[in-house]
Amino acid sequence: MAQTADLDARGLSCPEPVLMVQRAVAAGDPARLTVLVDNICAVENITRFAEHTGRKAAAVQDGDEYTLTLTK
Amino acid sequence: MKKQTIRIIAAGLVIGAVAVALTAAGNPGNMGFCIACFLRDIAGALGLHRAEAVEYMRPEIAGLVLGSTIMALATRSFSARGGSSPVTRFVLGFFVMVGALMFLGCPLRMILRLGGGDLNALVGLAGFAGGIWVGTLCLKRGFTLKRTYILRRAEGAAFPAIMAALLLLLAAAPGLLLFSAKGPGSMHAAVLLSLLGGLVVGALAQRTRLCTVGGIRDAILLRDFNLLAGGAAIFAAVLIGNLILGKFKLGFSGQPVAHTDGLWNFLGMALVGWASVLLGGCPLRQLILAGEGNGDSAIAVIGMTAGAAMCHNFKLASSADGPTANGKIAVLIGFAVVAVIAACNLSRAPARAGAAKSAANQ
Repeated sequence: MAQTADLDARGLSCPEPVLMVQRAVAAGDPARLTVLVDNICAVENITRFAEHTGRKAAAVQDGDEYTLTLTK
Repeated sequence: MKKQTIRIIAAGLVIGAVAVALTAAGNPGNMGFCIACFLRDIAGALGLHRAEAVEYMRPEIAGLVLGSTIMALATRSFSARGGSSPVTRFVLGFFVMVGALMFLGCPLRMILRLGGGDLNALVGLAGFAGGIWVGTLCLKRGFTLKRTYILRRAEGAAFPAIMAALLLLLAAAPGLLLFSAKGPGSMHAAVLLSLLGGLVVGALAQRTRLCTVGGIRDAILLRDFNLLAGGAAIFAAVLIGNLILGKFKLGFSGQPVAHTDGLWNFLGMALVGWASVLLGGCPLRQLILAGEGNGDSAIAVIGMTAGAAMCHNFKLASSADGPTANGKIAVLIGFAVVAVIAACNLSRAPARAGAAKSAANQ
């Protein structure tokens, strides 16, 4: 799973995961972005960021990890 | 309004109400909760400093941590982790306490003081926001204390177990502890009430991720006002509670456990704000994270406790008479140390899309 994610924010404390996403969006405005995180706080922050920026966010949990997919 | 926002506002209202109730039940004025003051009191109870006016084994602290632990276990979000620059976190926690005891309160108490009409806290809030703004500049430039790692659950349980042991000490062997006969340390609600208040607030803060630093930080960085709504709700509840109980007193002078030196109130809270952003959350949030298994936050709390002891041993802490010369020097040293920590932990190139593919393989 890790090798296919665009961003790996596992182990990073808030707000670093959502800042990684913010930078990625600012850098290229991708139509689809996948992010790997390992805590629910990051999932909630990134989901709120996605909603604020007009994107949809879907999270899939796999054990302690979550893969978030952001789409425009 | 989103469900998350409604939830955090409701939690903030309850937390504010609990804080007012604990003050009415015997805690010092505008000190239903104060993470800095209470850790300082615990350090005194354990004899880590000998300031006789501030010695008490505050059950609220253990309650906050254990409330978080219980909620995290109930919601399957307990996760033992650590290894993200622990010594740096200890130092940051130490200087958070130096700043807080310059101001005489953690950010949560700053809100409680505001709700009691203490305008010195408004000056502190300005400094706090300024410090957080500086912290956000560091984050924008790629500041990171690096990743945490998953650890055994026993490691995550160690800090909550220490808190339970402190409670046991209070219940079974109080003769080993020191207790203030006068001063703020002698003022407290009944043990079970304090513990219950801590448990409730700890559980709510864990569930909602409430964080006073995060509120302002996220508003600046992300235009995300979710956490800020929680802080505003605490303020509203405390304000209403104090008005009902006749404890609201607007002004600068004569406020409980506070001084009127505006410059050092501002600078003290600026140090708290900056260092807390680098830690990833306010003192309350560090306790809550420690309760849900985060060893890095536990180290930050231990750093704060050590800082509290040194603040009194070295006469750095302010009193109602104002700041001390030693305290002013310590706050300036704190700014220098936090600046060095910030500079030493900037990523050369903040992560961009795709760049983390390689990090995923580390």
